Amino acid sequence: MSMHDNISGSGQGRGRLRLVVVNSDARPHLGASKPEMADALVDEFDIDDHAACLQAVGAHQDKRAFQSLFSYFGPRVKAYVMRLGCQPGQAEELTQETMIKVWRKASQFDPSKSAPSTWIFRIARNQRIDAFRRENRPELDPNDPSLIPEPEEAADSVIEQKQSEMQLLEAMKHLSEDQKAILKLSFFEDMSHGRIAEHLDIPLGTVKSRLRLALGKLRSTLDDSRLPPTDGRRV
Amino acid sequence: MTIRHHIADEILVSYASGSLPEAWSLLVATHLALCPSCRKAASDAEELGGALLEDLAPVDLSEDAFDKLMSKLESADPEEAPVAAKKQTADVPSVLPEPLKSYLGGDLHALNWKRLGKGAYHIPISLRNGGGKARLLKVPAGQPVPAHGHRGEELTLVLTGSFTTHQGEFLRGDVEAADDDIEHMPVAGPGEDCICLAITDAPLKFKSLGARLAQPFIGI
Ligand SMILES: [Zn+2]
Repeated sequence: MSMHDNISGSGQGRGRLRLVVVNSDARPHLGASKPEMADALVDEFDIDDHAACLQAVGAHQDKRAFQSLFSYFGPRVKAYVMRLGCQPGQAEELTQETMIKVWRKASQFDPSKSAPSTWIFRIARNQRIDAFRRENRPELDPNDPSLIPEPEEAADSVIEQKQSEMQLLEAMKHLSEDQKAILKLSFFEDMSHGRIAEHLDIPLGTVKSRLRLALGKLRSTLDDSRLPPTDGRRV
Repeated sequence: MTIRHHIADEILVSYASGSLPEAWSLLVATHLALCPSCRKAASDAEELGGALLEDLAPVDLSEDAFDKLMSKLESADPEEAPVAAKKQTADVPSVLPEPLKSYLGGDLHALNWKRLGKGAYHIPISLRNGGGKARLLKVPAGQPVPAHGHRGEELTLVLTGSFTTHQGEFLRGDVEAADDDIEHMPVAGPGEDCICLAITDAPLKFKSLGARLAQPFIGI
């Protein structure tokens, strides 16, 4: 697999630095498996392309790619858990645990399914919920035989998609300040709808409609760059 | 199966943020197993989380944070830390999807129903403190579904059979949302017992995580 193929046309390059990584140098646990092939394999990827970095970590535990991810996302994950009430020391620890999961699960990252920031957010969120264990957060089991799969056409249309972080940040710009403020209370203050209504002294219905509109706005921005949804889901 | 009654987007956003009480998350996750459309919407909502994370002003980590992390990773035995603990899953579809099935300890045949009167049965589902209330209800065909909340909001997810309200018919996978304002008198459809997951509002979530962490110390 060439990392280069995966980043072509992503429009995501943040910097011009390109790094050439020879696979055989970057396999801490694999030792000398197939050295003759490894010598021939040279993966080139943009060290500032988070998706390419995650794939390099997943494919061959690439340390330099991981360091790039760490230096970008580490301080943001720390900021995230501190917003949720962690003291700096504990926040540092949770960040470490989150990044360990990123390292271990990187091979599961699928750029057609989520942006790297979203994938890492998911890990950080579950990590902080685990750490405070006041409540569980049940999740669906993707291997459950009772799970109803996506309709065929929808599954096909997913293949060409790539969620880029740039698109997401662009989408965020289209949200109103009110919508953003409410999202932050939900994502960073762990507030239920009722608590948000109380905190901002606005009707519960307003909280709900702003959250709904924020998602609708994001979806319409993202949908401009991908095929329309296959059903008439209300927005 | 076409699901016609979905989870509201604002609930999916809260599920994505991690702020939804446990009972609600249980119902949402179980609906997601049955509903590709809401799965898609929920993953869009998580993209909001990714964007918000990226938008945060970074907070510096200690200088040796990366080295510490790498030495942790290098000293960890890779055998000890498998990529993903593979969950044992049966290969035949069950009536109850995950995560509900695990919460109840098995599929329909394994359940111990408690009598509720008028031919109805229920099973309270135990949750961690403050996560709302959840229970499985079984209502005989043609009978009214007992009210399961006194105030606040409630959601009902149909798993077998059906029920009808003034909003229409609810079949497997459909979710009915009701609150104080809605007078709802669901009646189970004919032919089959209606089994549904019903959850009610948690008392207002007490505080932000920060205040919650402080709770043991200030003795609330
Ligand atoms: Zn749905």
